[in-house]
Amino acid sequence: MAAGSELARFEEISRRVRISVLEMIYRTGSPHIGPSFSVVEILVALYFRFMNATAGAERDRFLLSKGHACPALYAVLHEKGLISREDLDGFALDGGTLQQHPVLDPGRGIEASTGSLGHGLSIAAGMALAGRVDGKEYKVYVLLSDGELNEGSVWEAVMFAGHHGLDNLVALVDYNRMQALGRTDDIVGLDPLGEKWRAFGWHVHEVDGHDFGEIFEALGALSMGRPNVLILHTVKGKGVSFMENDVLWHYRSPDEREYEAALKELRR
Amino acid sequence: MKTAFMDRLLQAYRDSDDLFVLTADLGFRLFDGFEAAAPRRFYNVGVAESNMIGIAAGLSLCGKSVYCYSIIPFLVMRPFEQIRVDIAYHGLNVKLVGAGGGFTYGCEGFTHFALEDLALMSSLPNMTVVVPADPLEAEAVAGLSLEHDGPMYIRLGGRGGPVIHDRTPEIEIGRAMVLREGEDAAVIATGEMVHAGMLVAGMLSERGLSTTVVNMHTLKPLDTGIIAALASTHEAVFTIEEHNTRGGLGSAVSAVLAENGYSGVFRRFGIDEGACKGFVGGSAFLRERSGLTPENLSEAISVSLRRA
Repeated sequence: MAAGSELARFEEISRRVRISVLEMIYRTGSPHIGPSFSVVEILVALYFRFMNATAGAERDRFLLSKGHACPALYAVLHEKGLISREDLDGFALDGGTLQQHPVLDPGRGIEASTGSLGHGLSIAAGMALAGRVDGKEYKVYVLLSDGELNEGSVWEAVMFAGHHGLDNLVALVDYNRMQALGRTDDIVGLDPLGEKWRAFGWHVHEVDGHDFGEIFEALGALSMGRPNVLILHTVKGKGVSFMENDVLWHYRSPDEREYEAALKELRR
Repeated sequence: MKTAFMDRLLQAYRDSDDLFVLTADLGFRLFDGFEAAAPRRFYNVGVAESNMIGIAAGLSLCGKSVYCYSIIPFLVMRPFEQIRVDIAYHGLNVKLVGAGGGFTYGCEGFTHFALEDLALMSSLPNMTVVVPADPLEAEAVAGLSLEHDGPMYIRLGGRGGPVIHDRTPEIEIGRAMVLREGEDAAVIATGEMVHAGMLVAGMLSERGLSTTVVNMHTLKPLDTGIIAALASTHEAVFTIEEHNTRGGLGSAVSAVLAENGYSGVFRRFGIDEGACKGFVGGSAFLRERSGLTPENLSEAISVSLRRA
Protein backbone atom coordinates (compact mmCIF):
# COMPACT_ATOMS: atom_id res chain seq x y z
CA MET A 1 0.00 0.00 0.00
CA ALA A 2 1.30 3.42 -0.93
CA ALA A 3 2.09 6.00 1.74
CA GLY A 4 0.01 9.17 1.99
CA SER A 5 2.62 11.44 0.41
CA GLU A 6 3.05 9.01 -2.47
CA LEU A 7 -0.69 8.89 -3.05
CA ALA A 8 -0.74 12.68 -3.08
CA ARG A 9 1.91 12.64 -5.80
CA PHE A 10 -0.15 10.29 -7.99
CA GLU A 11 -3.24 12.38 -7.41
CA GLU A 12 -1.37 15.53 -8.38
CA ILE A 13 -0.15 13.92 -11.64
CA SER A 14 -3.72 12.78 -12.37
CA ARG A 15 -5.00 16.30 -11.79
CA ARG A 16 -2.43 17.73 -14.24
CA VAL A 17 -3.30 15.02 -16.78
CA ARG A 18 -7.02 15.86 -16.58
CA ILE A 19 -6.30 19.56 -17.09
CA SER A 20 -4.09 18.70 -20.05
CA VAL A 21 -6.88 16.55 -21.54
CA LEU A 22 -9.41 19.34 -21.01
CA GLU A 23 -7.13 21.86 -22.73
CA MET A 24 -6.49 19.58 -25.73
CA ILE A 25 -10.15 18.80 -26.19
CA TYR A 26 -11.48 22.31 -25.61
CA ARG A 27 -8.86 23.92 -27.90
CA THR A 28 -9.66 21.57 -30.80
CA GLY A 29 -13.35 20.87 -30.28
CA SER A 30 -12.46 17.18 -30.02
CA PRO A 31 -14.72 14.40 -28.74
CA HIS A 32 -14.07 11.74 -26.05
CA ILE A 33 -13.44 13.74 -22.89
CA GLY A 34 -15.64 11.38 -20.83
CA PRO A 35 -13.83 8.15 -21.79
CA SER A 36 -10.45 9.93 -21.39
CA PHE A 37 -11.25 11.04 -17.84
CA SER A 38 -12.28 7.53 -16.76
CA VAL A 39 -8.85 6.02 -17.50
CA VAL A 40 -6.52 8.62 -15.96
CA GLU A 41 -5.74 6.78 -12.71
CA ILE A 42 -4.91 3.44 -14.36
CA LEU A 43 -2.60 5.17 -16.85
CA VAL A 44 -0.83 7.13 -14.13
CA ALA A 45 -0.47 4.00 -11.98
CA LEU A 46 1.01 2.01 -14.87
CA TYR A 47 3.44 4.61 -16.15
CA PHE A 48 4.55 6.00 -12.78
CA ARG A 49 4.72 2.83 -10.72
CA PHE A 50 4.54 -0.43 -12.65
CA MET A 51 5.90 -0.04 -16.16
CA ASN A 52 9.40 0.42 -17.43
CA ALA A 53 8.45 2.12 -20.68
CA THR A 54 11.94 3.09 -21.80
CA ALA A 55 14.02 -0.09 -21.72
CA GLY A 56 14.34 -0.72 -25.48
CA ALA A 57 13.34 -4.23 -26.51
CA GLU A 58 12.99 -5.19 -22.83
CA ARG A 59 10.44 -2.44 -22.14
CA ASP A 60 6.98 -3.14 -20.80
CA ARG A 61 4.36 -2.49 -23.47
CA PHE A 62 1.10 -0.60 -23.07
CA LEU A 63 -1.63 -0.68 -25.72
CA LEU A 64 -4.58 1.68 -25.61
CA SER A 65 -7.09 -0.58 -27.32
CA LYS A 66 -9.77 2.04 -26.61
CA GLY A 67 -7.78 4.41 -28.78
CA HIS A 68 -10.36 7.18 -28.55
CA ALA A 69 -9.16 7.92 -25.00
CA CYS A 70 -5.75 8.94 -26.38
CA PRO A 71 -5.83 12.51 -25.02
CA ALA A 72 -5.28 10.90 -21.61
CA LEU A 73 -2.47 8.70 -22.96
CA TYR A 74 -0.77 11.64 -24.69
CA ALA A 75 -0.95 13.69 -21.50
CA VAL A 76 0.57 10.84 -19.45
CA LEU A 77 3.30 10.24 -22.04
CA HIS A 78 4.05 13.95 -21.86
CA GLU A 79 4.34 13.73 -18.07
CA LYS A 80 6.78 10.84 -18.64
CA GLY A 81 8.81 12.94 -21.08
CA LEU A 82 8.05 10.72 -24.09
CA ILE A 83 5.84 13.26 -25.86
CA SER A 84 7.00 16.87 -26.09
CA ARG A 85 4.99 19.98 -25.28
CA GLU A 86 5.08 20.91 -28.98
CA ASP A 87 3.64 17.53 -29.96
CA LEU A 88 0.91 17.87 -27.36
CA ASP A 89 0.10 21.33 -28.73
CA GLY A 90 -0.20 19.85 -32.22
CA PHE A 91 -3.04 17.50 -31.20
CA ALA A 92 -5.90 17.37 -33.74
CA LEU A 93 -4.77 20.37 -35.77
CA ASP A 94 -4.36 20.70 -39.55
CA GLY A 95 -0.74 19.76 -40.21
CA GLY A 96 -0.43 18.84 -36.53
CA THR A 97 1.33 16.04 -34.70
CA LEU A 98 -1.14 13.75 -32.96
CA GLN A 99 -4.45 12.36 -34.23
CA GLN A 100 -7.61 11.75 -32.25
CA HIS A 101 -6.64 8.08 -32.32
CA PRO A 102 -3.04 6.92 -31.69
CA VAL A 103 -0.69 6.05 -34.54
CA LEU A 104 2.16 3.56 -34.10
CA ASP A 105 5.25 5.35 -32.82
CA PRO A 106 7.23 3.27 -30.29
CA GLY A 107 9.75 6.08 -29.83
CA ARG A 108 7.00 8.18 -28.31
CA GLY A 109 5.44 5.30 -26.39
CA ILE A 110 2.68 4.42 -28.84
CA GLU A 111 2.94 0.68 -29.40
CA ALA A 112 0.18 0.26 -32.02
CA SER A 113 -2.29 2.26 -34.06
CA THR A 114 -5.61 1.85 -32.33
CA GLY A 115 -9.04 3.35 -32.60
CA SER A 116 -10.80 0.49 -34.27
CA LEU A 117 -12.15 -1.40 -31.26
CA GLY A 118 -11.46 -5.09 -30.82
CA HIS A 119 -7.86 -5.14 -32.07
CA GLY A 120 -5.73 -4.42 -29.02
CA LEU A 121 -6.05 -7.63 -27.04
CA SER A 122 -4.99 -9.80 -29.99
CA ILE A 123 -1.97 -7.61 -30.69
CA ALA A 124 -1.07 -7.65 -27.00
CA ALA A 125 -1.37 -11.45 -26.98
CA GLY A 126 1.08 -11.62 -29.89
CA MET A 127 3.52 -9.37 -28.01
CA ALA A 128 3.17 -11.50 -24.89
CA LEU A 129 3.79 -14.64 -26.93
CA ALA A 130 6.95 -13.12 -28.43
CA GLY A 131 8.17 -12.18 -24.95
CA ARG A 132 7.56 -15.66 -23.64
CA VAL A 133 9.31 -17.40 -26.56
CA ASP A 134 12.28 -15.02 -26.23
CA GLY A 135 12.45 -15.56 -22.46
CA LYS A 136 12.02 -11.83 -21.82
CA GLU A 137 10.67 -10.42 -18.60
CA TYR A 138 8.51 -7.64 -19.99
CA LYS A 139 4.78 -7.41 -19.40
CA VAL A 140 2.15 -6.32 -21.89
CA TYR A 141 -0.72 -4.18 -20.58
CA VAL A 142 -3.77 -3.49 -22.72
CA LEU A 143 -6.66 -1.18 -21.84
CA LEU A 144 -10.06 -2.00 -23.28
CA SER A 145 -13.36 -0.20 -23.04
CA ASP A 146 -16.50 -1.92 -21.85
CA GLY A 147 -18.34 -1.21 -25.10
CA GLU A 148 -15.38 -2.78 -26.90
CA LEU A 149 -16.25 -6.10 -25.27
CA ASN A 150 -19.20 -6.27 -27.70
CA GLU A 151 -16.59 -7.12 -30.37
CA GLY A 152 -16.31 -10.87 -30.98
CA SER A 153 -12.61 -10.62 -31.75
CA VAL A 154 -11.97 -9.63 -28.12
CA TRP A 155 -13.28 -13.00 -26.97
CA GLU A 156 -11.19 -14.84 -29.54
CA ALA A 157 -8.16 -13.27 -27.88
CA VAL A 158 -9.50 -13.88 -24.36
CA MET A 159 -9.82 -17.60 -25.23
CA PHE A 160 -6.37 -17.76 -26.83
CA ALA A 161 -4.57 -16.04 -23.95
CA GLY A 162 -6.38 -18.17 -21.40
CA HIS A 163 -5.57 -21.39 -23.27
CA HIS A 164 -1.88 -20.50 -23.50
CA GLY A 165 -1.68 -19.18 -19.94
CA LEU A 166 -0.08 -15.91 -21.00
CA ASP A 167 0.81 -14.61 -17.55
CA ASN A 168 2.87 -11.74 -18.96
CA LEU A 169 -0.37 -10.27 -20.37
CA VAL A 170 -2.54 -7.94 -18.28
CA ALA A 171 -5.89 -6.74 -19.61
CA LEU A 172 -7.55 -3.70 -18.08
CA VAL A 173 -11.25 -3.08 -18.65
CA ASP A 174 -12.55 0.46 -18.19
CA TYR A 175 -15.96 -0.54 -16.88
CA ASN A 176 -17.62 2.86 -16.71
CA ARG A 177 -20.85 1.20 -17.82
CA MET A 178 -21.40 3.63 -20.69
CA GLN A 179 -20.67 3.28 -24.36
CA ALA A 180 -21.11 5.64 -27.32
CA LEU A 181 -24.90 5.69 -27.43
CA GLY A 182 -25.93 4.80 -23.91
CA ARG A 183 -25.59 2.54 -20.89
CA THR A 184 -23.95 -0.87 -21.44
CA ASP A 185 -26.75 -2.42 -19.41
CA ASP A 186 -29.29 -1.14 -21.94
CA ILE A 187 -27.32 -1.93 -25.12
CA VAL A 188 -25.67 -5.34 -24.61
CA GLY A 189 -25.31 -6.14 -20.92
CA LEU A 190 -21.91 -7.43 -19.80
CA ASP A 191 -22.62 -8.75 -16.32
CA PRO A 192 -21.48 -10.93 -14.74
CA LEU A 193 -18.31 -9.62 -16.36
CA GLY A 194 -15.77 -11.08 -13.95
CA GLU A 195 -17.29 -14.54 -14.25
CA LYS A 196 -17.00 -14.37 -18.04
CA TRP A 197 -13.24 -13.74 -17.91
CA ARG A 198 -12.80 -16.30 -15.14
CA ALA A 199 -14.56 -18.92 -17.25
CA PHE A 200 -11.97 -18.31 -19.98
CA GLY A 201 -9.08 -19.03 -17.60
CA TRP A 202 -8.13 -15.53 -16.46
CA HIS A 203 -7.39 -14.31 -12.94
CA VAL A 204 -9.88 -11.52 -12.33
CA HIS A 205 -9.26 -8.50 -10.10
CA GLU A 206 -12.26 -6.25 -9.44
CA VAL A 207 -10.98 -2.79 -8.62
CA ASP A 208 -12.19 0.76 -8.04
CA GLY A 209 -10.51 2.29 -11.09
CA HIS A 210 -10.06 5.68 -9.44
CA ASP A 211 -8.53 4.35 -6.20
CA PHE A 212 -4.74 4.13 -6.44
CA GLY A 213 -4.59 1.91 -3.37
CA GLU A 214 -6.78 -0.74 -4.98
CA ILE A 215 -5.05 -0.45 -8.38
CA PHE A 216 -1.60 -0.83 -6.80
CA GLU A 217 -2.71 -3.83 -4.79
CA ALA A 218 -4.13 -5.63 -7.84
CA LEU A 219 -1.18 -4.87 -10.12
CA GLY A 220 1.16 -5.97 -7.34
CA ALA A 221 -0.60 -9.32 -6.92
CA LEU A 222 -0.80 -10.71 -10.45
CA SER A 223 -1.22 -14.47 -10.80
CA MET A 224 1.41 -16.65 -12.38
CA GLY A 225 0.42 -19.27 -14.92
CA ARG A 226 -2.58 -17.44 -16.36
CA PRO A 227 -3.39 -14.02 -17.74
CA ASN A 228 -4.72 -11.34 -15.42
CA VAL A 229 -7.53 -8.86 -15.97
CA LEU A 230 -8.37 -5.82 -13.88
CA ILE A 231 -12.02 -4.89 -14.15
CA LEU A 232 -11.82 -1.21 -13.33
CA HIS A 233 -15.06 0.14 -11.97
CA THR A 234 -14.87 3.71 -13.17
CA VAL A 235 -16.95 6.79 -13.82
CA LYS A 236 -17.22 8.21 -17.30
CA GLY A 237 -16.20 11.88 -17.15
CA LYS A 238 -14.56 11.40 -13.73
CA GLY A 239 -13.27 14.60 -12.15
CA VAL A 240 -15.75 17.14 -13.49
CA SER A 241 -19.10 16.92 -11.73
CA PHE A 242 -21.34 17.82 -14.65
CA MET A 243 -19.55 15.40 -17.01
CA GLU A 244 -19.71 12.39 -14.70
CA ASN A 245 -21.99 9.52 -15.71
CA ASP A 246 -23.50 11.46 -18.58
CA VAL A 247 -23.25 9.81 -22.01
CA LEU A 248 -23.43 13.27 -23.58
CA TRP A 249 -19.72 13.68 -22.78
CA HIS A 250 -18.68 10.72 -24.88
CA TYR A 251 -18.79 13.08 -27.86
CA ARG A 252 -19.48 16.60 -26.60
CA SER A 253 -16.64 19.07 -26.47
CA PRO A 254 -17.03 21.79 -23.83
CA ASP A 255 -17.97 25.33 -24.82
CA GLU A 256 -16.25 28.28 -23.17
CA ARG A 257 -18.52 28.38 -20.13
CA GLU A 258 -18.26 24.61 -19.61
CA TYR A 259 -14.50 24.76 -20.08
CA GLU A 260 -14.12 27.45 -17.42
CA ALA A 261 -16.34 25.54 -15.01
CA ALA A 262 -14.45 22.29 -15.60
CA LEU A 263 -11.09 23.97 -15.17
CA LYS A 264 -12.24 25.52 -11.92
CA GLU A 265 -13.23 22.11 -10.57
CA LEU A 266 -9.99 20.46 -11.66
CA ARG A 267 -7.88 23.23 -10.13
CA ARG A 268 -9.63 22.97 -6.79
CA MET B 1 1.29 -25.55 -54.88
CA LYS B 2 0.72 -25.30 -51.12
CA THR B 3 3.17 -28.09 -50.45
CA ALA B 4 5.84 -26.55 -52.68
CA PHE B 5 5.47 -23.24 -50.88
CA MET B 6 5.47 -24.73 -47.39
CA ASP B 7 8.42 -27.05 -48.10
CA ARG B 8 10.54 -24.04 -48.99
CA LEU B 9 9.25 -22.12 -45.97
CA LEU B 10 10.04 -25.07 -43.70
CA GLN B 11 13.71 -25.01 -44.76
CA ALA B 12 13.94 -21.40 -43.63
CA TYR B 13 11.89 -22.07 -40.48
CA ARG B 14 14.37 -24.72 -39.37
CA ASP B 15 17.27 -22.28 -39.75
CA SER B 16 15.57 -19.33 -38.06
CA ASP B 17 14.82 -18.22 -34.51
CA ASP B 18 12.43 -15.45 -35.45
CA LEU B 19 10.09 -17.04 -37.97
CA PHE B 20 6.57 -17.79 -36.70
CA VAL B 21 3.83 -19.69 -38.54
CA LEU B 22 0.14 -19.36 -37.64
CA THR B 23 -2.87 -21.19 -39.03
CA ALA B 24 -6.54 -20.74 -38.25
CA ASP B 25 -7.16 -24.49 -38.00
CA LEU B 26 -6.68 -25.27 -41.69
CA GLY B 27 -3.94 -27.06 -43.64
CA PHE B 28 -4.36 -30.70 -42.65
CA ARG B 29 -0.87 -32.30 -42.40
CA LEU B 30 0.62 -29.20 -44.04
CA PHE B 31 2.30 -28.04 -40.84
CA ASP B 32 3.49 -31.30 -39.28
CA GLY B 33 7.09 -30.44 -40.14
CA PHE B 34 6.82 -26.99 -38.52
CA GLU B 35 5.36 -28.36 -35.34
CA ALA B 36 8.07 -31.00 -35.14
CA ALA B 37 10.91 -28.57 -35.90
CA ALA B 38 10.00 -25.77 -33.45
CA PRO B 39 6.65 -26.12 -31.67
CA ARG B 40 7.08 -22.79 -29.85
CA ARG B 41 6.99 -20.88 -33.13
CA PHE B 42 4.02 -22.65 -34.71
CA TYR B 43 0.48 -21.96 -33.48
CA ASN B 44 -2.89 -23.22 -34.57
CA VAL B 45 -4.85 -20.31 -33.12
CA GLY B 46 -8.16 -22.06 -33.70
CA VAL B 47 -10.98 -20.94 -35.96
CA ALA B 48 -10.33 -17.28 -35.20
CA GLU B 49 -8.88 -15.41 -38.14
CA SER B 50 -9.24 -11.90 -36.72
CA ASN B 51 -7.32 -12.96 -33.64
CA MET B 52 -4.69 -14.63 -35.83
CA ILE B 53 -4.00 -11.37 -37.66
CA GLY B 54 -3.79 -9.40 -34.40
CA ILE B 55 -1.41 -11.95 -32.88
CA ALA B 56 0.72 -11.81 -36.03
CA ALA B 57 0.86 -8.02 -35.69
CA GLY B 58 1.93 -8.26 -32.04
CA LEU B 59 4.63 -10.81 -32.86
CA SER B 60 5.87 -8.69 -35.73
CA LEU B 61 5.94 -5.53 -33.58
CA CYS B 62 8.37 -7.51 -31.39
CA GLY B 63 10.64 -8.21 -34.36
CA LYS B 64 9.28 -11.53 -35.57
CA SER B 65 8.63 -12.55 -39.15
CA VAL B 66 5.17 -14.13 -39.33
CA TYR B 67 3.31 -16.27 -41.88
CA CYS B 68 -0.47 -16.67 -41.56
CA TYR B 69 -2.33 -19.38 -43.43
CA SER B 70 -5.93 -20.17 -44.21
CA ILE B 71 -8.38 -20.60 -47.07
CA ILE B 72 -8.53 -17.25 -48.83
CA PRO B 73 -11.97 -15.86 -47.86
CA PHE B 74 -11.32 -16.66 -44.20
CA LEU B 75 -7.76 -15.34 -44.35
CA VAL B 76 -8.30 -11.99 -46.04
CA MET B 77 -12.04 -11.21 -46.03
CA ARG B 78 -13.18 -12.08 -42.51
CA PRO B 79 -10.34 -10.11 -40.86
CA PHE B 80 -9.95 -7.52 -43.63
CA GLU B 81 -10.02 -4.62 -41.20
CA GLN B 82 -7.41 -6.21 -38.94
CA ILE B 83 -5.22 -6.67 -42.02
CA ARG B 84 -5.80 -3.05 -43.03
CA VAL B 85 -4.97 -1.48 -39.67
CA ASP B 86 -2.68 -3.91 -37.89
CA ILE B 87 -0.63 -5.20 -40.84
CA ALA B 88 -0.89 -2.91 -43.87
CA TYR B 89 -0.91 0.56 -42.32
CA HIS B 90 1.66 -0.58 -39.75
CA GLY B 91 3.77 -1.93 -42.63
CA LEU B 92 4.60 -5.06 -40.68
CA ASN B 93 6.56 -8.08 -41.78
CA VAL B 94 3.58 -10.42 -41.98
CA LYS B 95 2.90 -12.72 -44.92
CA LEU B 96 -0.63 -13.87 -45.68
CA VAL B 97 -0.58 -17.18 -47.49
CA GLY B 98 -3.99 -17.99 -48.94
CA ALA B 99 -5.11 -21.33 -50.29
CA GLY B 100 -7.61 -21.74 -53.09
CA GLY B 101 -7.43 -18.94 -55.67
CA GLY B 102 -10.57 -18.53 -57.79
CA PHE B 103 -12.72 -21.64 -58.16
CA THR B 104 -10.14 -24.03 -56.65
CA TYR B 105 -12.56 -25.38 -54.06
CA GLY B 106 -15.12 -26.28 -56.73
CA CYS B 107 -17.98 -28.30 -55.28
CA GLU B 108 -17.40 -26.83 -51.81
CA GLY B 109 -19.19 -23.76 -53.11
CA PHE B 110 -18.93 -20.00 -53.15
CA THR B 111 -18.20 -19.62 -49.43
CA HIS B 112 -14.78 -21.03 -50.28
CA PHE B 113 -14.15 -19.22 -53.59
CA ALA B 114 -11.61 -16.41 -53.88
CA LEU B 115 -13.05 -14.00 -56.42
CA GLU B 116 -12.55 -10.62 -54.74
CA ASP B 117 -9.27 -11.13 -52.86
CA LEU B 118 -6.96 -9.48 -55.38
CA ALA B 119 -9.12 -6.34 -55.43
CA LEU B 120 -9.15 -6.16 -51.64
CA MET B 121 -5.46 -6.82 -51.10
CA SER B 122 -4.30 -4.59 -53.97
CA SER B 123 -6.17 -1.67 -52.43
CA LEU B 124 -4.10 -1.75 -49.22
CA PRO B 125 -1.07 0.47 -48.62
CA ASN B 126 2.31 -1.27 -48.26
CA MET B 127 0.81 -4.59 -49.35
CA THR B 128 2.60 -6.62 -52.01
CA VAL B 129 0.33 -9.02 -53.91
CA VAL B 130 1.79 -12.10 -55.60
CA VAL B 131 0.07 -14.93 -57.48
CA PRO B 132 2.34 -17.83 -58.45
CA ALA B 133 1.43 -19.71 -61.62
CA ASP B 134 2.64 -23.17 -60.67
CA PRO B 135 4.34 -25.12 -57.86
CA LEU B 136 7.90 -24.22 -58.85
CA GLU B 137 6.93 -20.57 -59.00
CA ALA B 138 5.28 -20.90 -55.58
CA GLU B 139 8.55 -22.30 -54.25
CA ALA B 140 10.46 -19.35 -55.74
CA VAL B 141 7.94 -16.90 -54.27
CA ALA B 142 8.33 -18.52 -50.86
CA GLY B 143 12.06 -17.83 -51.09
CA LEU B 144 11.50 -14.22 -52.15
CA SER B 145 8.94 -13.65 -49.41
CA LEU B 146 11.55 -14.52 -46.79
CA GLU B 147 13.75 -11.67 -48.01
CA HIS B 148 10.88 -9.18 -48.29
CA ASP B 149 10.49 -7.01 -45.21
CA GLY B 150 6.85 -5.94 -45.27
CA PRO B 151 3.30 -7.15 -45.72
CA MET B 152 2.65 -9.57 -48.55
CA TYR B 153 -0.38 -11.48 -49.77
CA ILE B 154 0.38 -14.69 -51.63
CA ARG B 155 -2.51 -16.32 -53.47
CA LEU B 156 -1.95 -20.02 -54.02
CA GLY B 157 -3.94 -22.36 -56.22
CA GLY B 158 -5.00 -25.90 -55.60
CA ARG B 159 -3.55 -29.34 -55.59
CA GLY B 160 -2.54 -30.84 -58.95
CA GLY B 161 -2.68 -27.53 -60.78
CA PRO B 162 -0.96 -26.80 -64.08
CA VAL B 163 2.81 -26.79 -64.58
CA ILE B 164 4.52 -23.94 -66.42
CA HIS B 165 8.15 -24.30 -65.45
CA ASP B 166 10.46 -27.29 -65.66
CA ARG B 167 12.80 -25.83 -63.05
CA THR B 168 12.57 -23.19 -60.30
CA PRO B 169 12.20 -19.92 -62.21
CA GLU B 170 14.22 -16.75 -61.75
CA ILE B 171 11.57 -14.39 -60.55
CA GLU B 172 11.58 -10.79 -59.37
CA ILE B 173 8.70 -9.28 -57.44
CA GLY B 174 7.13 -6.46 -59.43
CA ARG B 175 8.66 -7.53 -62.74
CA ALA B 176 6.45 -9.54 -65.07
CA MET B 177 7.76 -12.60 -66.89
CA VAL B 178 7.47 -12.81 -70.69
CA LEU B 179 6.87 -16.47 -71.51
CA ARG B 180 6.33 -16.19 -75.24
CA GLU B 181 6.75 -13.42 -77.78
CA GLY B 182 4.45 -12.65 -80.68
CA GLU B 183 3.14 -9.76 -82.70
CA ASP B 184 -0.61 -9.94 -83.20
CA ALA B 185 -1.86 -9.98 -79.64
CA ALA B 186 -0.59 -9.78 -76.07
CA VAL B 187 -2.12 -11.97 -73.39
CA ILE B 188 -1.44 -10.97 -69.79
CA ALA B 189 -2.44 -13.63 -67.28
CA THR B 190 -1.98 -14.30 -63.60
CA GLY B 191 -1.87 -17.40 -61.40
CA GLU B 192 -3.09 -20.65 -62.85
CA MET B 193 -4.56 -18.74 -65.79
CA VAL B 194 -1.00 -18.31 -67.09
CA HIS B 195 -1.13 -21.91 -68.19
CA ALA B 196 -4.42 -21.25 -70.00
CA GLY B 197 -2.74 -18.24 -71.63
CA MET B 198 0.05 -20.44 -72.98
CA LEU B 199 -2.45 -22.93 -74.39
CA VAL B 200 -4.40 -20.05 -75.94
CA ALA B 201 -1.24 -18.82 -77.66
CA GLY B 202 -0.70 -22.31 -79.09
CA MET B 203 -4.27 -22.46 -80.41
CA LEU B 204 -4.03 -18.97 -81.91
CA SER B 205 -0.82 -19.88 -83.69
CA GLU B 206 -2.71 -22.72 -85.41
CA ARG B 207 -4.98 -19.97 -86.74
CA GLY B 208 -1.96 -18.04 -87.95
CA LEU B 209 -1.87 -15.53 -85.10
CA SER B 210 1.27 -14.91 -83.06
CA THR B 211 0.78 -14.04 -79.40
CA THR B 212 2.89 -12.63 -76.61
CA VAL B 213 2.17 -14.25 -73.23
CA VAL B 214 3.06 -12.39 -70.04
CA ASN B 215 2.95 -13.94 -66.58
CA MET B 216 1.87 -11.08 -64.31
CA HIS B 217 2.72 -12.87 -61.06
CA THR B 218 2.85 -9.59 -59.12
CA LEU B 219 -0.37 -7.57 -58.99
CA LYS B 220 1.09 -4.98 -56.65
CA PRO B 221 3.46 -3.32 -57.33
CA LEU B 222 2.26 -3.72 -60.89
CA ASP B 223 4.82 -3.84 -63.70
CA THR B 224 3.40 -0.82 -65.49
CA GLY B 225 6.49 -0.62 -67.70
CA ILE B 226 5.78 -3.87 -69.46
CA ILE B 227 2.12 -2.94 -69.96
CA ALA B 228 3.12 0.37 -71.55
CA ALA B 229 5.63 -1.47 -73.74
CA LEU B 230 3.03 -4.01 -74.86
CA ALA B 231 0.66 -1.15 -75.64
CA SER B 232 3.21 0.38 -77.98
CA THR B 233 3.96 -2.86 -79.82
CA HIS B 234 0.65 -4.76 -79.91
CA GLU B 235 -2.65 -3.83 -81.47
CA ALA B 236 -4.59 -6.03 -79.10
CA VAL B 237 -4.17 -6.73 -75.38
CA PHE B 238 -6.12 -9.31 -73.35
CA THR B 239 -6.07 -10.15 -69.66
CA ILE B 240 -7.02 -13.50 -68.12
CA GLU B 241 -7.61 -14.01 -64.42
CA GLU B 242 -9.58 -16.32 -62.16
CA HIS B 243 -11.08 -13.37 -60.27
CA ASN B 244 -13.93 -10.94 -60.71
CA THR B 245 -13.34 -8.74 -63.72
CA ARG B 246 -13.71 -5.74 -61.43
CA GLY B 247 -10.74 -4.81 -59.28
CA GLY B 248 -8.27 -7.49 -60.32
CA LEU B 249 -5.67 -7.87 -63.07
CA GLY B 250 -7.93 -6.63 -65.87
CA SER B 251 -8.88 -3.46 -64.05
CA ALA B 252 -5.27 -2.72 -63.16
CA VAL B 253 -4.05 -3.27 -66.73
CA SER B 254 -6.89 -1.22 -68.23
CA ALA B 255 -5.94 1.76 -66.07
CA VAL B 256 -2.36 1.64 -67.32
CA LEU B 257 -3.47 1.27 -70.93
CA ALA B 258 -5.86 4.22 -70.61
CA GLU B 259 -3.19 6.38 -69.03
CA ASN B 260 -0.89 5.51 -71.93
CA GLY B 261 -3.52 6.56 -74.48
CA TYR B 262 -3.89 3.04 -75.84
CA SER B 263 -6.29 2.88 -78.77
CA GLY B 264 -6.01 -0.80 -79.67
CA VAL B 265 -8.29 -3.69 -78.81
CA PHE B 266 -8.56 -4.52 -75.12
CA ARG B 267 -10.65 -7.12 -73.38
CA ARG B 268 -10.70 -8.57 -69.88
CA PHE B 269 -11.41 -12.25 -69.30
CA GLY B 270 -12.36 -13.22 -65.79
CA ILE B 271 -15.40 -14.04 -63.76
CA ASP B 272 -18.56 -12.01 -64.14
CA GLU B 273 -20.43 -11.05 -61.03
CA GLY B 274 -22.76 -13.87 -60.06
CA ALA B 275 -21.20 -16.29 -62.57
CA CYS B 276 -21.07 -19.10 -60.04
CA LYS B 277 -24.69 -18.67 -59.07
CA GLY B 278 -26.75 -21.81 -59.47
CA PHE B 279 -23.87 -23.99 -60.69
CA VAL B 280 -22.62 -26.97 -58.74
CA GLY B 281 -19.39 -28.46 -59.95
CA GLY B 282 -15.67 -28.86 -59.73
CA SER B 283 -13.21 -26.08 -60.50
CA ALA B 284 -12.71 -27.13 -64.14
CA PHE B 285 -16.48 -27.14 -64.67
CA LEU B 286 -16.87 -23.71 -63.10
CA ARG B 287 -14.01 -22.26 -65.15
CA GLU B 288 -15.67 -23.56 -68.28
CA ARG B 289 -18.99 -21.95 -67.30
CA SER B 290 -17.11 -18.67 -66.97
CA GLY B 291 -15.47 -19.03 -70.37
CA LEU B 292 -12.02 -19.53 -68.89
CA THR B 293 -10.99 -22.61 -70.87
CA PRO B 294 -8.26 -22.24 -73.52
CA GLU B 295 -10.79 -23.15 -76.21
CA ASN B 296 -13.30 -20.48 -75.16
CA LEU B 297 -10.59 -17.89 -74.67
CA SER B 298 -8.86 -18.46 -78.00
CA GLU B 299 -12.21 -18.33 -79.81
CA ALA B 300 -13.16 -15.07 -78.04
CA ILE B 301 -9.75 -13.56 -78.76
CA SER B 302 -9.84 -14.43 -82.46
CA VAL B 303 -13.34 -12.95 -82.75
CA SER B 304 -12.04 -9.73 -81.13
CA LEU B 305 -9.06 -9.65 -83.50
CA ARG B 306 -11.26 -10.16 -86.59
CA ARG B 307 -13.39 -7.22 -85.55
CA ALA B 308 -10.36 -5.02 -84.98
